Amino acid sequence: MISSLTAERLACARGDRKLFENLSFRVRAGQALAVEGANGSGKTSLLRLIAGFLPPAAGRLIVQDASGDSDDADERGKKIGWLGHHDGLKPQLTVQEQLTFWAALYRGTVNTGALAQVGLARQADLPCRYLSAGQKRRLALARLLMSNRPLWLLDEPFAALDTAGQALMAQLMALHCGQGGIIIAATHDPLGLGNESLKL
Amino acid sequence: MSPFLTLLARDIRLASRSGGSAFLALSFFALVATLVPLGVGADLRLLARVGGGVLWVGAVLAALLSLDRLFQGDFEDGSLDLIALSPLPLELTALAKMLAHWLSTGAALTLLSPLLALLFNLTPAATLTLFLSLLLGTPAVSAVGAIGASLTLSLKRGGLILPLIILPLLSPAVIFGAGAVSLTLDRLAPGGALGLLAAFSAGAVLLSPFAAAASVRLNLGG
Amino acid sequence: MNWLFRYANPHNFMRLSNVLLPITVVATVLCLGVGLYLGFTAPPDYQQGRTVLIMFIHVPAVTVAELAYGAIVVCSLLSIVWRHPLSDIAGRAAAPLGAMFTVLGMITGALWGRPMWGTFWAWDPRLTSFLLLLFLYIGYMALWNAIEDEVRAARAAAMLALVGAVNIPIIKFSVEWWSSLHQGESIVSGKLAPVFLAPLLIMMLGYALLFASLWMLRIRTVILERRARSLMQRSAA
Repeated sequence: MISSLTAERLACARGDRKLFENLSFRVRAGQALAVEGANGSGKTSLLRLIAGFLPPAAGRLIVQDASGDSDDADERGKKIGWLGHHDGLKPQLTVQEQLTFWAALYRGTVNTGALAQVGLARQADLPCRYLSAGQKRRLALARLLMSNRPLWLLDEPFAALDTAGQALMAQLMALHCGQGGIIIAATHDPLGLGNESLKL
Repeated sequence: MSPFLTLLARDIRLASRSGGSAFLALSFFALVATLVPLGVGADLRLLARVGGGVLWVGAVLAALLSLDRLFQGDFEDGSLDLIALSPLPLELTALAKMLAHWLSTGAALTLLSPLLALLFNLTPAATLTLFLSLLLGTPAVSAVGAIGASLTLSLKRGGLILPLIILPLLSPAVIFGAGAVSLTLDRLAPGGALGLLAAFSAGAVLLSPFAAAASVRLNLGG
Repeated sequence: MNWLFRYANPHNFMRLSNVLLPITVVATVLCLGVGLYLGFTAPPDYQQGRTVLIMFIHVPAVTVAELAYGAIVVCSLLSIVWRHPLSDIAGRAAAPLGAMFTVLGMITGALWGRPMWGTFWAWDPRLTSFLLLLFLYIGYMALWNAIEDEVRAARAAAMLALVGAVNIPIIKFSVEWWSSLHQGESIVSGKLAPVFLAPLLIMMLGYALLFASLWMLRIRTVILERRARSLMQRSAA
């Protein structure tokens, strides 16, 4: 578990262009942070920066947990559950195959309940090319649950989901926070978690 | 199963499913072996002379066909982000992908080569040398190729530029591999050439995961 | 290292090169003029006759062609370790020059080979190595041009250059090995008469200065281009 994630005067640049600078925030266990802003304002870049894919141009990111403070990007990466813009699914592989693969890669256990939880139990043996965009998003959500990571980074979590899917997403996010997890989500929609928001 | 073997198994599965790269590479290899005699004539003595070189060049080109997708598929659909956040270090990720590529192309091409050597009238001894040289040398193709693939993974048309940047780097493998076959045809011992080839392969396989991982990291920043 | 970083700043480089460039250009013209004069007035070689003159433009070209790759490798190392923007620009600017000198070396080699070997091209190990070097240059430039994001392109190209640097000695060795295997022709290399040595050294210096001048000019062009682009971006915003 993580007790908090702190950003200190973060700056991010792509080539010569500055996306943001002097960005500071703190998210504690059980809290969610919505990152808002126009297209191109750097929402996704902030998530990629937290994930450690992108080095900050300036500033620090500190994860505080039982073992103390750390600003090591690799260590932080091992605590992150990622729901990116793309779903990371192969059209040739079946729903069950994908889930088994990711479970083994993340050294997780294949939780048979995960598929039922996102409403894909019936599609388990179907190759992903036959799934709708919303169903793929649900499968990505099942993978996120299975990864069992405390810090969720979500890029447009509600995109491609129907009303029921969005409700499910909100419910699972509330559950994650309720269990002491942290959520940082780049979004246009309200998260509905009584969360703080950050405007880029 | 360990994360390394998991990724290896998945990549091999993707390569061997319908439309996968393994079958394409083998067909391409066989096609090159068919076209060359049509181009240079059916003189069996000449074909035996050039066979080692032609089959080596053919094998390298065939292995290149699917190389540009080594990281690109996972990069485009977001899988690479998730793999990078998994407990598997990127160096081992690169090694697993390299190994999967070799097993689904290089190793398969090596197994097919004795059959194609028949078309080129290679002697049994030369065929054996060709087989051994491909077995020892094709890992270098996958390894050096993985560096190229990682450098071009964000490019829409990476497949065009990839051969350009890695073929010159692979020239030693072609030289030693085809050279070993030539030596055998001249009734000389190919051991030295095979040793040099093995050394080149070993160096490439040892260094390339680090270079490829560094370059994947660079691209994840995008 | 500090002195290097001071001039590795684009602004300081512009000032420094503004002073240096005229000097190197004049020195280049002087060296090439004197070298060619001395070379062409030297007596014909007893073995190669007048064809020895090609050596004065061939040998310096291939030397500079190799040095240029070395320059790219140093720039790439600086770029990867210190992430300095000027070393990216410098590496990129050196590549077409290196390729040009490689081509010049191969063309003059072929012209020299015609009377010597009776053919324009022989699979001589040196010529073969240079052909492969040319492809390394082409690959490096192609990678630079293919990747749109300049930061990413710079690092990718730098990594490729370093991989190439590790590989070049192996390529050279393998080509030598290959040449001995197929008993290819080798360049007739007689002892160089001292009367040729002075003009050759002067020509080498001239080529090196020519490379340095063109390199500085290209770096300046790239810096100015970037400034122009950022001005346009600012006016668009």
